[in-house]
Amino acid sequence: MRSDPFKTACMGGLAATVLLVAGRQQSSAATVPNDEKTIVHVLNRIGFGPRPGDVETIRATGLQAYIEQQLRPDRISDASTEARLSGFPTLRMNSRELSDQYERPAMEARRQQQAAKGGNLADPGSAASPQMPDPVQQRANRVIVELSEQKMLRAAYSERQLQEVLTDFWFNHFNVDARKGPDRFLLTEYERDTIRPHVLGKFRDLLEATAKSPAMLFYLDNWMSVDPNGPHPVGQVQRGGFGRGGFGRGGFAFPPTPPRPANAQQNRPKGLNENYGRELMELHTLGVDGGYTQRDVTEVARAFTGWTIQNPRLGGEFKFDARLHDPGQKVVLGHVITGGGQNDGEQVLDILAKHPSTAHFIATALVRRFVSDTPPPALVGRVAARFLDTGGDLREVMRTLLTSHEFLSPDAYRAKVKTPFEFVVSAVRATAADVQEATSLVRTMQQLGMPLYMCQPPTGYKDTADAWVNTGALVSRMNFALQLAGNKLPGITVSSHPAAEGGPGGPGGPGGDDIVSTVLNDDVSETTRATIAKATTTEQMTALTLGSPEFQRR
Amino acid sequence: MTSRRIFLKNGAFALVSLGFAPSFLTRTAFAAGATTRSKRLIAIFQRGAVDGLSVVVPFGDNEYYRSRPSIAIPRPNSGDMSAVDLNGFFGFNPRLQPLKSLWDARQLAIVHACGSPDNTRSHFDAQDYMETATPGVKSTSDGWLNRYLQARHVEAATPFRAVALTQQLPRMLQGIAPALAVNQIGQFGIRAGQASDAIGASFEAEFAAAADQVLNNTGREAFDAIKMLKIADPSKYRPENGAAYPRTPFGQALQQIAQLSKADVGLEVAFADLGGWDTHVNQGSGQGQLATRLDDFGRGLAALVTDLGDRMEDTVVLTMSEFGRAVNENGNRGTDHGHGNAMIAIGGGIRGGHVYGKWPGLAVGQRYEGRDLAVTTDFRDVFGEIVVRHLGVEDARSIFPGYNLQAAKFPGLFA
Repeated sequence: MRSDPFKTACMGGLAATVLLVAGRQQSSAATVPNDEKTIVHVLNRIGFGPRPGDVETIRATGLQAYIEQQLRPDRISDASTEARLSGFPTLRMNSRELSDQYERPAMEARRQQQAAKGGNLADPGSAASPQMPDPVQQRANRVIVELSEQKMLRAAYSERQLQEVLTDFWFNHFNVDARKGPDRFLLTEYERDTIRPHVLGKFRDLLEATAKSPAMLFYLDNWMSVDPNGPHPVGQVQRGGFGRGGFGRGGFAFPPTPPRPANAQQNRPKGLNENYGRELMELHTLGVDGGYTQRDVTEVARAFTGWTIQNPRLGGEFKFDARLHDPGQKVVLGHVITGGGQNDGEQVLDILAKHPSTAHFIATALVRRFVSDTPPPALVGRVAARFLDTGGDLREVMRTLLTSHEFLSPDAYRAKVKTPFEFVVSAVRATAADVQEATSLVRTMQQLGMPLYMCQPPTGYKDTADAWVNTGALVSRMNFALQLAGNKLPGITVSSHPAAEGGPGGPGGPGGDDIVSTVLNDDVSETTRATIAKATTTEQMTALTLGSPEFQRR
Repeated sequence: MTSRRIFLKNGAFALVSLGFAPSFLTRTAFAAGATTRSKRLIAIFQRGAVDGLSVVVPFGDNEYYRSRPSIAIPRPNSGDMSAVDLNGFFGFNPRLQPLKSLWDARQLAIVHACGSPDNTRSHFDAQDYMETATPGVKSTSDGWLNRYLQARHVEAATPFRAVALTQQLPRMLQGIAPALAVNQIGQFGIRAGQASDAIGASFEAEFAAAADQVLNNTGREAFDAIKMLKIADPSKYRPENGAAYPRTPFGQALQQIAQLSKADVGLEVAFADLGGWDTHVNQGSGQGQLATRLDDFGRGLAALVTDLGDRMEDTVVLTMSEFGRAVNENGNRGTDHGHGNAMIAIGGGIRGGHVYGKWPGLAVGQRYEGRDLAVTTDFRDVFGEIVVRHLGVEDARSIFPGYNLQAAKFPGLFA
């Protein structure tokens, strides 16, 4: 179904409201304190860090009320964020429109270019092949550029902070890399309609939405997984072009997708493709130790044969194609599935969504994200139990997590190293920077080794400190702090340095204390405090604050 | 002693004695005195699937000429653009002439018909599989070179133990072991104009005071690395032995690898990549599109080896590409995605002057799926042999999960 994204988001919210039985808390929930340190902690976890003034605002209404409010994003007005996104037309288009207006003109232009020059196509596997600036290709790149800017802007400005954290979390959980095939034209719809509306809804709905998304069907190859034994007219599904996706590196130098060579025969669908079946269990639901076998992988893959894409190269939608489907009986995790047809796959999703291993796997991932790199087993157990008790109601799961004493305990305070995304966005928020153009932030994400929408493996980006603390990335973080504070990033203005607000900056002045208090909750080493106080300009004070070891944690 | 001479030559040793050197440099200097210098691997990735049949040309296989009426490289001694004879059956693309002397000196070996057991012809997936060394398994989170770094723990590891001369860390080096991606080593540092030194010192103080051990350690390594590069001063680097690097991004990346190698900063694994190999249309033969890319490739490698001089005794350079290209040329005088490919290994310890691997033949019946060069050597056996016999890992099982690595299957690059 194609629909207005905002309407879809709204409907998702309403549906979730109806399904929600009661908002009562688990008995093991802690009373949510309302002190400054806890507020900062919560803002760093359920959002992308405090902005100047946030702590005071929340203290007035109470932290518990704030958490409850964040669990209901549909009731939070976010008009100013939407206003910031109004200049990005592609965000409101569906995949078909994006294909018509961006993907196909680019393909056509390349075809003509090739015919005119007789030259070679751009190299989709190239790391360093120079790309001539080409207005049509640049226009095609707008789709992923706008999507990336959108992600930065929503994270930085949305009042629905928890929803954005969870959208990032679940996108990463169901990761799709923009560089595979036509996925760069499909991710706008994927994030907007597949992921975001479901992040506080039912897990089963989210799982099904990803299973049927063209983005995922492409990424994990299920669209070309067919019954090898069937008397099926396989030729008909070859028309879309297979595996011709550009493999670009880094940023906006996206190699355009070349048209198919006249006689290319590669990657014909010859039979079963197990990629989706495997990752569905290993990464999306049960976890690698979740108790499935290779036999189960094959059986699941058989169940999903025929789950493919209508007009794959034209922004097409999900379709079930019975000609490609293996109608035979399957046995998945001991459950016998008979009947054949699209319902086979639906049954697999039912089995997986209800499985205790899935509850445990999802609970572990959420606790790792929100609490600690080493998830406390007792909390994982309670969150998993809530998942099973509520039929995978993610709002209830989150409420259990966010009101747990483990989440609110001093042990959790600054226990997580910020990922590059969390670091960049929290710096923008801490300085109340005005981002008119987010491209420099998007580029920063590449320099920090976390390019948006371009995580190659289906595992998504890692959520633990070991992945993000390394020499080169640390230097890049300090340089980003300097650029942001010094107003060196095009399109971004830091006008009121936190240091300058409470009084004059400068050596020995009160500015240093002020920024340490505002941005770092007054909780830093004596050296950091003294170093910031000694800086000669407010810009340097801000930079030394954002680049400090204390600011690298949340 | 070789290592001592190198320290004296590059001047870093003097700094150690004067007490100005970064802490890790002191560690390497001491380590170098006590043990032999560590082995090095320089991995080169040709992204986009190079046509191995035009790189190492099987001119002795008549099927090659039948399959490629317009783009085959002519047999040796049939004009300027003919193949450079290696062993009477295989020849180099004429643009790889700069590597011929290494072949003659038995420092260069080729593994042909090498590749992945997986049948994917997607650049994306095949690069992924080659970099994780887990063909068919997409969820592997780290690269095989990173797993090598993990498997062989080095007490005095420096920030330069593993360096990719790329904007982003390649998949091959991603993982929990530290690895550095730096596009231009001259630009690695705190950038704050005239205040750079002062600001750098301030950040360094903050991190040195951090009770947080993870950030404390990484901060120290970062500032050590910055200081070391400042000493090395990349802008003043002069290649040795008359080495002439091409003025291309690839040439510059290799020059920086040589520079880091010579600076004795603990470099063990280096990575560079270059693209432009996806020649679906007008591939060319001894000249043309592919030949131009091979010119950059060949001159770059030759310059690197020349520049490194006797350091090549401890170094292996290995080139790879995600898959080869179809045996038949297509209707656009190009080649489509194929399967088996050629790898080149260069180094003092290599038993060179030989093409390794069983040649499967190019006749239709001998091809993979009737169209591509078949794979007779799993690329993991090449990686595995280098890891075991060159880098000295005794138990490489953790580096190649799910694969039964056996010395009996190694191509035999080392004695």
